[in-house]
Amino acid sequence: MAVVNIDRVLFVAAVLFLLGLTGVLTRKNILFMLISIEIMLNAAGLAFVAAGSKWHQPDGQAMFLFILAMAAAEVSVGLALVMQIWHQHKTMDVEDLNKLKDE
Amino acid sequence: MILVWIIGLLLCGGILCWLTDTWKAGYAKWIALASVVADGLIISALLVHFVTGTGPQAVSPYPAPQVTTPSAEPHAASPHAATPWLIDYRNTWIPSFGISLRLSMDGLSLILLSLTIFLGLLAVLSSWKEISERTGFFYFNLLWTLAGIAGVFLATDLFLFYFFWEVMLVPMYLLILIWGDSNRRYAAYKFFLFTQAGGLLMLLAILALYFIHGRQSGTYTFDYFAILQSTLSPTAARWIMLGFLAAFAVKLPVVPLHNWLPDAHSEAPTAGSIVLAGLLLKTGAYGIIRFVLPFFPQASTAIAPWAMLAGVISIVYGALLAFAQTDLKRLIAYTSVSHMGFVLLGIFAMQETAMQGVVIQLIAHGISTGALFAIAGMIKERLHTRELARMGGLQTSMPAMGNLAMVFAMASLGLPLFGNFIAEFLILLGAFPQYATLVVIASTALVFSALYCLRMMMRVFFGPAAPPTITPPTASAQQDIDSREWIILGLLCVGIVLLGLYPQPVMDLAKETIQQLTLNFRI
Amino acid sequence: MNELAYIPALPLLGFLVLALGGRRMSQKAVAITGAGSVCAAALLTMVLCGQFFGSGAVGAAAGHASPASVHYDLQLGQWFHAGALSISFGLRVDSLSLVFMFIITFVGALIHLYSTAFMRGDRDYARFFACMNLFVCAMLILVMADNLVLLYLGWEGVGLCSYLLIGFWYDSPANCLAANKAFIITRIGDTALLIGLFLLFKELATLDIAAILRQSPGHFRLGSPVITLIALLFLAGGMGKSAQLPLQTWLPDAMAGPSPVSALIHAATMVTAGVYLIARMHVLFQLSPLAMTVTAITGALTLLVAACSAMVQTDIKRILAYSTISQIGYMFLALGVGAYGAAIFHFFTHAFFKALLFLAAGAVIESLHHEHNIFRMGGLKDKLPVVYWTFLAGAASLAALPLVSAGFYSKEQILWYAWRAANGGTALWLAALAGAVITAFYSTRLLLVVFWGEAKTSVSSRPGRLITIPLIILAFLSLTAGFVEWPHNLLPVHLFSGFLQSVLPAPATRSGGETIGQLLAVMATLAGIGVGYQLYHRQPEIGIITRWQQRPLAAAIRNFLFGGWGFDRLYDTLFVRPLVSITRLNRADIFDQLYVAVVRAARTGHRLLSASQNGSLRWYAVGVLMGILFILTLLL
Repeated sequence: MAVVNIDRVLFVAAVLFLLGLTGVLTRKNILFMLISIEIMLNAAGLAFVAAGSKWHQPDGQAMFLFILAMAAAEVSVGLALVMQIWHQHKTMDVEDLNKLKDE
Repeated sequence: MILVWIIGLLLCGGILCWLTDTWKAGYAKWIALASVVADGLIISALLVHFVTGTGPQAVSPYPAPQVTTPSAEPHAASPHAATPWLIDYRNTWIPSFGISLRLSMDGLSLILLSLTIFLGLLAVLSSWKEISERTGFFYFNLLWTLAGIAGVFLATDLFLFYFFWEVMLVPMYLLILIWGDSNRRYAAYKFFLFTQAGGLLMLLAILALYFIHGRQSGTYTFDYFAILQSTLSPTAARWIMLGFLAAFAVKLPVVPLHNWLPDAHSEAPTAGSIVLAGLLLKTGAYGIIRFVLPFFPQASTAIAPWAMLAGVISIVYGALLAFAQTDLKRLIAYTSVSHMGFVLLGIFAMQETAMQGVVIQLIAHGISTGALFAIAGMIKERLHTRELARMGGLQTSMPAMGNLAMVFAMASLGLPLFGNFIAEFLILLGAFPQYATLVVIASTALVFSALYCLRMMMRVFFGPAAPPTITPPTASAQQDIDSREWIILGLLCVGIVLLGLYPQPVMDLAKETIQQLTLNFRI
Repeated sequence: MNELAYIPALPLLGFLVLALGGRRMSQKAVAITGAGSVCAAALLTMVLCGQFFGSGAVGAAAGHASPASVHYDLQLGQWFHAGALSISFGLRVDSLSLVFMFIITFVGALIHLYSTAFMRGDRDYARFFACMNLFVCAMLILVMADNLVLLYLGWEGVGLCSYLLIGFWYDSPANCLAANKAFIITRIGDTALLIGLFLLFKELATLDIAAILRQSPGHFRLGSPVITLIALLFLAGGMGKSAQLPLQTWLPDAMAGPSPVSALIHAATMVTAGVYLIARMHVLFQLSPLAMTVTAITGALTLLVAACSAMVQTDIKRILAYSTISQIGYMFLALGVGAYGAAIFHFFTHAFFKALLFLAAGAVIESLHHEHNIFRMGGLKDKLPVVYWTFLAGAASLAALPLVSAGFYSKEQILWYAWRAANGGTALWLAALAGAVITAFYSTRLLLVVFWGEAKTSVSSRPGRLITIPLIILAFLSLTAGFVEWPHNLLPVHLFSGFLQSVLPAPATRSGGETIGQLLAVMATLAGIGVGYQLYHRQPEIGIITRWQQRPLAAAIRNFLFGGWGFDRLYDTLFVRPLVSITRLNRADIFDQLYVAVVRAARTGHRLLSASQNGSLRWYAVGVLMGILFILTLLL
C-alpha cells in the first residue's frame, strides 16, 4: 500500500475546503450553498482521516464517522428547511431571504 | 427563633395570599392583614419586653470562649462585655461555603423592624380599595417586600443580607411594574437598574471581604461578627467600602444617584410609595450604620467630609427640586431626597448626638413621608390626578384631610412638636462643632422645606377650588376621609407627635448600638 | 407651683377639644371652650401674679435689695437627651416672663371675647378658635420655657399659628400667599436663631437659659467674635419674628388675617417675641457691644422706615401694621441701648393700645361692609361713638399724648435712654424723636380721616356688647397703664422697673437734661398732631395734599413710601425670581440628563451593532470567516 504523503492529502483537503467556502460565499442558491457546506465537511473529514493515519490513531476514523453522521443529519434538516423555504417564499435566492434581520 | 418567625410569617402569608386568590378572591387582603398584625403583635411584645423590661439581656454574638471562662477575669472590662445585641439566632444553611442562617437583633434593628411592621400595616390598609386586579399577587409582592426589608434589618450573615436585599428588590419592581401609574414601565426599569447596579457592586464587595477574611483566618465564612474582626489593608478597605457605599447610596438616595426615586415613588401604587419612602430608603441608611462604619472605620473617616458634603448637596438640591415640581407625588419624593440627606450628614458626623438624630430621622421621615404619600394616594383616588394644577381648595370639601395634611406638612418642614424636628435638630447640633459650614448650609434647608411644604399645602388644599372643567365635581371627589383612612392617618399622626414629644424610648433603644459604634471614632 | 403648668395647658386643652370635636360642636359651645380656656388661663396668671407679689418681688419693687431673683420653676419631665445634650419640659417664670404671660393671657382673653362676636357665623368658627388657643399656648410656652429648645418650640409654634390664621380665609390666593410669606420670612430668622443655638451649645454645652446666663460672662471675653456672632444670630431670629429691618416685609401683608388675629398675634404678642428673646438673653448682648449697636441701629432705622410708610398708607390695617413695626423698632432701640426695662415697658403699653386699635379697626371695617380704605370712611364719630372714643384713647397712646396716655410714659422713657444711656447717642435719640413726630402725625391722620369729616360709606351694623366691652377695657388701660412708671424727675413711682429689676439690669446713664428731653418729646408729639390736624382736618381749606398729589416728585416719593420703600420689589428681583426661575429650569432634574445620556449611548451602540444583523446569509458567512481568520492570526 503506497504511503501517501500527509502534506499532499492536507493540501487536497484545504483545496476542497476553500472550494466549499467559495461556494458558500459566492453562490446565491441556497441549495448550492448546502452542497458547498457538504464539501467543506468532507474536506474536514479528509483531514481527520489523514491525520489519523499519520499518527496511527483510530480517532481520525472515528471522527470521520461522526462527521458523516452529522452531515447526514444536517442534510436531512437542511433539505427539509429548504423545502419549507421553497414552499413559503417560492425562491431559493438567499439575497431575498433576509427576514431575520433586525427591524 | 422568634426572628425567623417574624420573617417567615410574612413569607408564608404572602404565598398564602397568592394561592387563595386563585380560588376565592377577596381573602387575600384579610390574610395579608392578619399576617402583618400577627407580626405586629410579636414586635410589640418584643418592644414591651426590651423597653420596659429589666434592661436588655444582651446576648454575646461573639465566639464562645469569653462566655465559658468567665471565672478567669470576672470583672474584667472585656471589649465585648456590653454588647448591644438583644437576640441572636443562628442555624446552618450552606455550611460548605460558610453561609449560615444568622439573624441578630439589636436596638436599632428592633426600632426599624417596628417601623417596618407599622408602615407595612398601613400599606396593607391603604391598598384595601385601591387594588382591584390580581389582589392575591399584589399582597404576595407587598408581603415579600416587607419580609425582605425585615430580613435586611436582621441578617448578620453577609450572604443572607444580600439575599434579603434582592428579595425586597424584585417584588417591589413587580409592584411598580404591574400596579403602577401610566408611566410605570419606565419607572420600574429605572428603579430596578439603579438598585441592581448598586447591589451588584455590593455583592462584589461582599465576596472580596469573604475571600480576604478567608485567606487571613483560614475559615471561609460570611458571618458578620467574624468578618468584623478581620483587618484590611487601607487600599482594600477603601475599595470594598466604596462597593458597599454604592449600594447604600443608591438606596438612600444620595444626589446624584437619586434619579430612580422620583419616578419610582410617583408611579408606584400608594402602598408601594409608602414602603419605598418609609422603608426601602431606610435600608440604605441601616446598611451604612451596620456595615460600612464598623467594617471600615478608617476608610469611612477618610471619606466622611465628602459623604457629608454629598448629604448637604442632597438636602439642598432635593428641597429645591421639590419646590419646582408640579406633580404631587414627585414633590413628596424629592422631599425624601432632602430628608435623607440629613441622614447621611448625621451618620458621617460620627458623633453620638447626631447618630441619635439619624435614628429618629429614619422613623420620623418614614412616618411623615409615608403619611404624605398616603394622602396623595387618597387624593388620587378621588380626583384621579397627581397634578397640582388640577387641585386646589380641597380644604372646603375635605377639612379633616386638609388638617391632617397640614400636620404632616408641618412635620415635614421640621416644626418642633414633631419627630422630624428632634431628628434634624440633633443631627445639626451633633455635626455642628466639627463641620460648622456644612451645617449652616444644611440649615438653609429649613427655609427651603418651608417653601415646598407651604407651596404644596397652598396648591392642594387652599386657594379657590379648581374649576369644574378641570376636575369634575363628582360625589366621590368631594368626600372627606372615611373611617379606614382615619385609622391610617390617625395612627401616623399619633406616631409622629409621640416621636416629637417623647422620643426618649427610641433613643434609649438605639443607644447601646450607637455608643458601640461611635467608640470606634473617638479621636 | 404646679398651677404653673395649667396656664399653657388650658389653652392647649381648648385647642385639642376644638381640633378634634370642633366641627360637631355648636358655635356657642365653641365660643365657650375657646374663650373660656384663655379666660381661665388669664385668671390663673393673675393669681400667679398675686402670689408673686406676695413672695418678695414687692420688696424688690419697693427698693429693697433682693438677693436673688424671684422665680418659679417647674419640671414637667424629660423631653430628650442624647450625648451631652439634655432637654426637659421645664418652665421657669420670673418677673419678665410674668409680664409677658400677663399680656398674653389678659389681652388674649379680651381678644377671644371680642372674637366670639366678631367671627360669629364664620364657616370655620371652630378652626379659628382652635388656632387662637394653640397660639396662646405656644406663646406661653415661648415665654415660660427654661431652655432654648423649648423656647424654640414655642417660637415655631406661634409662627405656625400666625401662618394658619393669616391664611384663615384660604379661598383667596392672596391670603395664602401672605401667609406663606409670613412663615417663610420668619423662618429665615428662625434658622439664624437655630444656628445661634448650635453655636451656643458648642461653646457652653448647655441650652438651659439660666445656665447660659450664669456661665456666659465667665466664658466669653467681652466683644469676642464668637459671642458677637451668637448675639447677632439671636438678633436675626428676633428680626424675623418682630418684623424688623430687613425682614419686616411680611407684617403688612399679614393683615390679610381676621382683625382679632392682627390684634393678638401681629400687634400685642407674637411680634414682640423678638423683644422677649433679646431681653431674656440680654447677658449675651451685653457681652457684645457690636451686637448692641446693631440692635439699636436696627431699631432706629426700622422705626423711621416703617413710620414713613405708615404716613401714606390708605388701608386702615396696613397703617396699623406699619405702626406696629415702627413701635417694635422703638423696643429694639431700647434694647440696643441697654434699656431692657424700657423696652418691656413699651411692650406692655403697646400691647394694650395697639390691640385696641386693631380691634377698633376691625369693628369699623365690619360695620362698613369690609371697607379697608380710610378715605372711603369718615364721619364715624357720631355713628360709632364707643368705637370712636376708644379709638381716640388708643391713638392718643400711640401718639404718646403727654401725661394722659400710657404710650407717653413708655416712649418718653425710651427717648430718654436713647439719648442718655451709656450706649445711646444723639443720633439715635434724634431718630427716635423724628419717629415720634411722624407717629403723632399718622395717628392724627388716621383718627381724623376715619372718624371726622363727612361720611362716605353707610354704616350697616353696630358692634355688639361683646365687642365694645373689650374695647372699653383696653381703652382704659391704654390711658392708665403708664402710671406704674413715671419719669424720675416727675414722680418717684417705679413699680414696673422695680418689678423687672431682678431680671433686667437698668442701664448706666449720663444724668442731666431730663426736663429738656421731656419737653422736646412733648413738643414732638404736639408738632406731629398739629401738622396732622392742619393737613387733614383743614385740608379742604388749605388743599396742600391735593397740590402735592399733582407734583410728580411728591407723588413718586409717596408711592415709594406706600410700597414699603421698595423692599418687596427688591427681594422679589434679588431672591424670589432667581430662585423660582432656576428651580423651574431645573424642574426636570439636570442629573436625569446624565442617565438619559447613558441610555442614549447604550441605544446608539445597539443601533450600530444591530446594523450588522442584516439577514444576509452570505454576509454572516463572511463574518464567520473573518472571525476565524482573526482568531487564527492571533493564535499563530
